[in-house]
Amino acid sequence: MADEVPSLAESKLTALVVDDNFVNQTMHHKLLDRLGIKNDVVCNGQEAVDVHCSGRNYDLILMDMEMPILNGIQATKRLREMGIESKIAGVTTRANEGDKKEFMEAGLNDFQEKPLTISKLLSILHRLDFHVQT
Amino acid sequence: MGKCMQGFLDEQFMELEELQDDVNPNFVEEVATLYFKDSARLINSIDQALERGSFDFNRLDNYMHQFKGSSSSIGASKVKTECTMFREYCRVGNAEGCLRTFQQVKKEHATLRKKLEHYFQASQ
Repeated sequence: MADEVPSLAESKLTALVVDDNFVNQTMHHKLLDRLGIKNDVVCNGQEAVDVHCSGRNYDLILMDMEMPILNGIQATKRLREMGIESKIAGVTTRANEGDKKEFMEAGLNDFQEKPLTISKLLSILHRLDFHVQT
Repeated sequence: MGKCMQGFLDEQFMELEELQDDVNPNFVEEVATLYFKDSARLINSIDQALERGSFDFNRLDNYMHQFKGSSSSIGASKVKTECTMFREYCRVGNAEGCLRTFQQVKKEHATLRKKLEHYFQASQ
């Protein structure tokens, strides 16, 4: 399967992983690395906001929902209020319909259930119109 | 994934193995180490909360949500199932159920740890 994984290195896409769980941070970072997408990792929504306030910008943000200090819903709203137009994909374990709706309405472009896999990440990229060369 | 791991780990573990490459030849073992370090911390927190006799079900559920999330990410299916049961007992405020299920969580976690240790030793 490793041979079939497309590379987006030429597209120079960048991503931000926002998750408070160390295992998920490592996984998502590696998944993005495998696709050739340079990425940073932060531990909660507040850090995601802070990194944007410092002037950084990303093509894609993978946003967990439940996090301390500032959760994914609050962080997404705050980023949109700041004028951040990056594609934001909510990534969370099975949430009820009400939570998903609230998360989407906060400003997400897409939503995917954890655990993430290469194929789920590729689905996100396809749905958000990032060109994936195979 | 060896036969000895079947039932304990699901297809998510194979996703981890697919991410292992020449750049990170020990990726799976590194993630497993991270998982056990993180889950030990969570088990300790839950143990302490239960020993105090304080059944703050919200807090317990929060800890277990994190534990379940990590377990799901590495494909630890049996541990994940027990975590789900624990959260159900938290949801209905059943202290005895929480205590009983937590013993099962710890048991499955310890079994998985032993199996993965053997698995990594055998694959060297």
